[in-house]
Amino acid sequence: MSQTNPIAYDSKVEGNVIFTRVDAAINWMRGNSLWPMPMGLACCAIELMAASSSRYDISRFGAEVMRFSPRQSDVMIVAGTVTYKMAYAVKRIWDQMPEPKWCIAMGACASSGGMYRSYAVLQGIDNLIPVDVYISGCPPRPEALLDGLMRLQHKIMGEHAVEDQKRALAETL
Amino acid sequence: MTANDIVSRLREKFANDILAENDFRGEKSLSLKMESLVDVCRCCRDELGFDYLVDITSLDHFGEYPRYEMVYELYSMASGVHLRLKALVADEARPSVPSVSSLWPTADWHEREAYDMMGITFEGHPDLRRILMWDGYPFYPLRKDFPLQGKPSDVPDVAFTQPAPLAGGPFVTIPTDGTTQVREPRARRAGDEPLHDKFIAEP
Repeated sequence: MSQTNPIAYDSKVEGNVIFTRVDAAINWMRGNSLWPMPMGLACCAIELMAASSSRYDISRFGAEVMRFSPRQSDVMIVAGTVTYKMAYAVKRIWDQMPEPKWCIAMGACASSGGMYRSYAVLQGIDNLIPVDVYISGCPPRPEALLDGLMRLQHKIMGEHAVEDQKRALAETL
Repeated sequence: MTANDIVSRLREKFANDILAENDFRGEKSLSLKMESLVDVCRCCRDELGFDYLVDITSLDHFGEYPRYEMVYELYSMASGVHLRLKALVADEARPSVPSVSSLWPTADWHEREAYDMMGITFEGHPDLRRILMWDGYPFYPLRKDFPLQGKPSDVPDVAFTQPAPLAGGPFVTIPTDGTTQVREPRARRAGDEPLHDKFIAEP
């Protein structure tokens, strides 16, 4: 995944001054401070914990601040089997998260129900909330979660939130 | 006290209530009349030392009569003896069983599970609610006539269910040279047509 630096900062030339676009700056800040809402529902949560501990160290990507309050979270990591009994609770927590927000479906169960073709299990959390990144595996290794997080960061870097807002504002005026 | 002693003591006391006896590798199973179940259980606890109720399970002999059967697994900590008590549930439409939660408090949750999963009610239970599924779920999932993929249901603001995509069975793969998605019909949603031939034809 090649990626050009949206900030284009060269300290030798520019000193303390940075030229960039507002979108790029905001996306850079958002992408590198993704505070997860750890929706640990099954064994994937164990790998999620491993990803945040020292060997894998998810804080290298700015996502170490596990917030157990949805109001302080940016990305919901749905890690585990979503039963129908839990489904609306996950939805409710997702609705309480402020925009902008993203969702990672971690593992087979959260992505598609996994091996639970059952009366009791929701067949993928994307039935209820929009998912940005799906991570395969049962459970995925922490490296896979980190890869998913980097893909989400890459996706965030390409967003045009402010540009779209400006265009919408100009149209209304 | 060995298992044989215990069974002979029970046979003396409840001669008319024990319908059958089974011995599998030293494990004793007694089939009882449902009316005498609580009395036998009380005798087992108070006189024979069965201080531990390991589990309560229910069986669904679908297509037979009587349809439901209760199984009680007892264990004596002092003598290390297992005993299994079984009793058929007479009423098929509204299966009802006397509760043993007054004898062993652990029976509370076991009976709630049997009520939740099999729809058997327990007379004298202090708090007979569903334990795994939510209040208002209209089915009993462990009954034999309940399909594996489930049935649609909806309790607003509580939970909903949809049938799971099974594609003919719980773990079906299609013999083909195709990709993983072709081999795995479960990748498709419930209600999708099972277009197996079409997918097999694809490279």
